[in-house]
Amino acid sequence: MIEIKNLTKSFGNILIWENVNLNIEDGETLAIIGKSGSGKSVLMKHINALMNPNQGEVRIDGENIFGMSYAELRNIRQRFGVLFQGAALFDSISAFENVAFPLRYFTDYSESKIRKRVLECLEQVNLGAIGDKSTAALSGGMRKRVGLARAIVLRPDYILYDEPTSGLDPETSNEINDLIELMANELDVLSIVVTHDMHSVLRVADKVAFIDEQKLSWYGTIEEMEASSHQNLNKFIRASEYQISQMR
Amino acid sequence: MIKTGYDSLPIIILAGFFTGAVMTVQTSYQLLGGFIPSSTIGAIVSQSLLIELAAVISALVLAGRVGARIATELGTMAVSEQIDALESMGFNSVTFLVIPRICAGMLMFPIIYVAAATAGIGGGILSGLVTGALPPADFLLGARQVFFPWDVTFGLIKAFVFGYVITSISCFKGYYAKGGAEGVGKATTQATVLSCIYVLLADLILAIILL
Repeated sequence: MIEIKNLTKSFGNILIWENVNLNIEDGETLAIIGKSGSGKSVLMKHINALMNPNQGEVRIDGENIFGMSYAELRNIRQRFGVLFQGAALFDSISAFENVAFPLRYFTDYSESKIRKRVLECLEQVNLGAIGDKSTAALSGGMRKRVGLARAIVLRPDYILYDEPTSGLDPETSNEINDLIELMANELDVLSIVVTHDMHSVLRVADKVAFIDEQKLSWYGTIEEMEASSHQNLNKFIRASEYQISQMR
Repeated sequence: MIKTGYDSLPIIILAGFFTGAVMTVQTSYQLLGGFIPSSTIGAIVSQSLLIELAAVISALVLAGRVGARIATELGTMAVSEQIDALESMGFNSVTFLVIPRICAGMLMFPIIYVAAATAGIGGGILSGLVTGALPPADFLLGARQVFFPWDVTFGLIKAFVFGYVITSISCFKGYYAKGGAEGVGKATTQATVLSCIYVLLADLILAIILL
């Protein structure tokens, strides 16, 4: 379980958000939505302490990660799998080696066991035949899938997705959404999806947190969101619907 | 270590060779017609190379070659969230990315200095022979007359310090790069310029302290 308590972040004099409070239960998928620049990704980077807040706590299974030693934090971080916005693949090594990377450093697996586990993860993200392709030779969708395979290779308890469908065509976006659903169901992990893609939200999320006006402006289930009278939230959802109707 | 040292050897040998060659020709021109023995040219060129030029010229060349490479590599990793990805897996990104590069610089720069000094003396001997300024035997006689082991030690100390200065500045600038391709370009330029400035400053401080 992840608890976010009174979290406040600012960069210099610029307040990003303040007093954010959220509880995310194990096995749940939370979508963090909001306009570009609202601080969604910044909030996500606080959940595994890639950034430090001005005040507040993030508790993982009851323990505040900001009070931990580096060694403790390292153990906590290894319980997370993160899919970054641009996949953040290491471009000096192949796609296969990217997935194998955490196994080589954090397990004592033999080479054959590493190969087996990497192929298993690549298979899970429908990239079984990727071989030793360079990351530069991969399409945007393939990069995200390799990033996801790398995120799940150490069997994490939590998966963080930063804009998983941004920059992808609708078909590939759907495939990524399928994978997020699949990961949540098959691996029974707690997932946090930062996105402004409402299709993605409706497909994968159990609960939604809306960041707006420098605070957690709204929080609830998908059903509650659809019935909500929150003005800015409705405006945000309607803008997505308008884009779809324009395309039609 | 291969990227920092071995891959830099061709340009360093070239720079050292031409420095020694040009110095020999110019020193010979400056001393022309005097009553100074031609072996003095060998003495001046070899000592200048050992205590100053081999270390400083190779450091300035490497500030552009190695420093820019480090800043660009780390800068690209920073703006494409690869450093965040490392941290999120549980790696200490400084231990993983920065410290090996600084250690490689500190270990390889003295070796590069030796290559530059050797190539410089070789260039001096060859240009003296080709231009008729002085025969190789005179060059070597002059070089031997003013050779003090401390000069080489001093050059090695300089190269070691320059290795630290260039790699640490470049790592710092690259690691904290922000703002996409423009940010990486800015970080690379700053790394190269600051490395050159701090190399020259360190050169002066070491000369004051150690000579």
